[in-house]
Amino acid sequence: MSPLIPASQRRQARIVIVGHVDHGKSTLIGRLLNDTGSLPDGKVEAVREMSRRRGMPFEWSFVMDALQAERDQGITIDTTQIHFKTERRPYVIIDAPGHTEFLKNMVTGASSADAALLVIDAGEGALEQSRRHAYLLHLLGVKQVAVIVNKMDMVDFSQARFDHVAAEIRAYLNGIGVAPGVILPVSARHGDNIASRSGNLAWYDGPTVIEALDGFLPAAPEDELPLRLPIQDVYKPDERRILAGRIETGRLRVGDTLHFAPNNRTAKVVGIEAWNAAPAISAAAGQSVGITLDQRIFVERGHIASLPAERPVEAHRLTVRLFWLASKPLETGRAYTLKLATAEHRVTVEKIVEVVDIDDLGVAAADRVGRNEIANVVLHSRSLVAVDLAIDLPRTGRGVLLDGHDVVGGFIVTGADAVAERNLQRVEHAVSPDERALSNGHRGAVLWLTGLSGAGKSTLAMGLERTLFERGRQVYVLDGDGVRQGLNGDLGFSPADRSENIRRVAEAARLFAEAGMIVVTALISPTRQDRARARAIGGDLFHEIHVKADLDTCEQRDPKGLYRKARAGEIPEFTGVSAPYEEPQAAELVVETGRLGIEEAVGELVGYAERVTGLKYPSDAVQGRGEGI
Amino acid sequence: MTDLDQLESQSVYILREAFNRIDRLAALWSIGKDSNVLLWLARKAFFGKVPFPVVQLDTGMELPEVYEFRDMVTRDWGLDLVIEQCPPESEMDPTLPPATRAAARKTEGLKNLLRREQYQGIMVGIRRDEQATRAKERVFSPRALDGAWDFKDQPAEFWDHYKTRFAEGTHVRIHPLLHWTELDIWRYSKREEIPIVPLYFAREGKRYRSLGEKNITFPVDSSAASIDEIISELEVTRTPERAGRSMDNETEDAFERLRSSGYM
Repeated sequence: MSPLIPASQRRQARIVIVGHVDHGKSTLIGRLLNDTGSLPDGKVEAVREMSRRRGMPFEWSFVMDALQAERDQGITIDTTQIHFKTERRPYVIIDAPGHTEFLKNMVTGASSADAALLVIDAGEGALEQSRRHAYLLHLLGVKQVAVIVNKMDMVDFSQARFDHVAAEIRAYLNGIGVAPGVILPVSARHGDNIASRSGNLAWYDGPTVIEALDGFLPAAPEDELPLRLPIQDVYKPDERRILAGRIETGRLRVGDTLHFAPNNRTAKVVGIEAWNAAPAISAAAGQSVGITLDQRIFVERGHIASLPAERPVEAHRLTVRLFWLASKPLETGRAYTLKLATAEHRVTVEKIVEVVDIDDLGVAAADRVGRNEIANVVLHSRSLVAVDLAIDLPRTGRGVLLDGHDVVGGFIVTGADAVAERNLQRVEHAVSPDERALSNGHRGAVLWLTGLSGAGKSTLAMGLERTLFERGRQVYVLDGDGVRQGLNGDLGFSPADRSENIRRVAEAARLFAEAGMIVVTALISPTRQDRARARAIGGDLFHEIHVKADLDTCEQRDPKGLYRKARAGEIPEFTGVSAPYEEPQAAELVVETGRLGIEEAVGELVGYAERVTGLKYPSDAVQGRGEGI
Repeated sequence: MTDLDQLESQSVYILREAFNRIDRLAALWSIGKDSNVLLWLARKAFFGKVPFPVVQLDTGMELPEVYEFRDMVTRDWGLDLVIEQCPPESEMDPTLPPATRAAARKTEGLKNLLRREQYQGIMVGIRRDEQATRAKERVFSPRALDGAWDFKDQPAEFWDHYKTRFAEGTHVRIHPLLHWTELDIWRYSKREEIPIVPLYFAREGKRYRSLGEKNITFPVDSSAASIDEIISELEVTRTPERAGRSMDNETEDAFERLRSSGYM
């Protein structure tokens, strides 16, 4: 790029500065701003005066720390963004905090960066937090990284020390699949090798920090990749029906036929709509567009448009590499909301494959993922998810998990079980699920009742069966005791056998449900893991229903006299007494039998069953908040 | 795509997210250069019409040219304008320095508006490059009902996944222009021919670089009498944008105090 082009017309580069606390990120930025003449007049004087008033020595980092609490404590709390320019181009410098407790702020800063500077103290080397930040850069998709070995003045500008630190961090970065562009020695405090070369580092002949920044390449254009247009909304400003969204990758043209996933519709683009602009015949990655189609097909927020030959994967099960932000750990069996592009799906954690050790990149099995940990996790979604693998299409291969109101983790998709085999099976049958549903007047389902012994599962299951039957529904109860007399007669009560018992009931229930029946199961099924597996088997048909009563109530009822035996030590592993019951965290329905009478509880269940098995025809209605505009 | 196209596209994306995710939404319009661009972008995002109310927090202290401009644009763009009269200065926190106290009137006006109209989302045309505490902002920035900004515990923004779900009793400020610079605003206003309050153009060696109430905002030295001249001036100036805003400079943390209690 020629320096003759006015600065205002050159594409800005966004650079995040990461690294361990106190390794000198803010000092480096203060120095960069000063040495490139980017600080406003009076800023350095104001900071000197502020330092003098507070009786503190002047630090370059003070020009960055904007908040009173940051200046008081001398730390960066939140990410901030500062504009500056070199002769080559304008930059946004994103300062990310180094403290572990502000890691979500580091992630926030880094996730919008084109490139990163990883700052490491020459004396201390790459500490845990430097490694964690490096790993996160990789996860966030920041591919260009330069390593700044800072505080060279504190190690007498020693080349040997630099070589040691450089070799260590290079090995680590290679281990996570990142190739550092350059590794360079500096002293930010004294300005060595920031904007100009330093006699103190005469042995070093690589670029300065400014040269390293200028050496980063602009983000590669993504319009050569397959088209992905996630729909944000549908507007009707006049007689037009406009699908609005941002093209994440690829390109579309008027006349293209688009496929919409996961609802599997196609239509042709008849216009790329815009206000106060000339009509366009094509649009490409990065553009927020509005398109009109030749047919009024059902499309809504969350659907992804692609070209028919290059569709996203459609899957119920995703393997993701996840970074967990919340203090409450992620656990098997828990449910979260998955957000991927503009779509939201309810997902359950089916399996935690392994947690990654940030220091040595080793992996270990775990049943929970704690705050600031990275893990490989399998998620199961009841609804079909349109998704790409991050390695192919990063922008539609990544997302976040929400718990309630909050973003609790971010992930990239490393695997997705395409639903092809399920579709195949449907094709093999002579009767389709839709035909069965039309014939029965309702859909099949697995209503999985879980709860303590004595909570009322069997009573409710039988009440539900009777009521639904009387209403003309195809319904059958798979009771735990009944199944053990036949299908599972070979199984005992060891943990492994109980687990197998549940698996077989889940498989049998799914077959019934696919045959169009409403299947009700009544099993204690005490572990989240077993229920998550049952859910995985049942897929879309599965509904977890927690029949809930406290232990005292159940023990008083004790319909089969089992609590009494358990208390007397006659039953060694009894749920609620000598073995744990893991309550569902995201059951589709909770029926509180401690509070409700039998009639009322059955009524709730019947209402739920009717709702989820009722026939719904795909509506062709225009959906979207933009209806009224 | 040019860099202005990219900025426009990102802001349109944010506006559409806000419109889809937030139930009761309004935009603040100070009639200045930034909020004019914000409303222009809303017209782009929603194909000509701004689909939410536009609120002016009025202290009665704006310059006459500002009121004139407001009425013209409201009519020409078909805006649903809500004018919120701010409470008098005598009701403000007396421990604040004088200009900061005058500015706090807008915060109180906004709180009254929120209480009455129950807006869940308020769009504001602030930019990170204006002021150091604004550089710490999120695109979707949750607030307590009293407007307080907990800058020590802001939500994560992974890529473009913004926080759009809130507990009862909170609302969200949405900042679609956060990533723009002052220079971008002028270059875009020129390209799109967006109308501008004439006070920004120099007369007799002075112009307003940042427009606020007449009692606490002052014109700065400049000879830039056209957009092109403003752009040339900004490419070389080292005077901060808000140098003419007295409330920023009264005490070390005056603006931070204003912002953490709800100022824009």
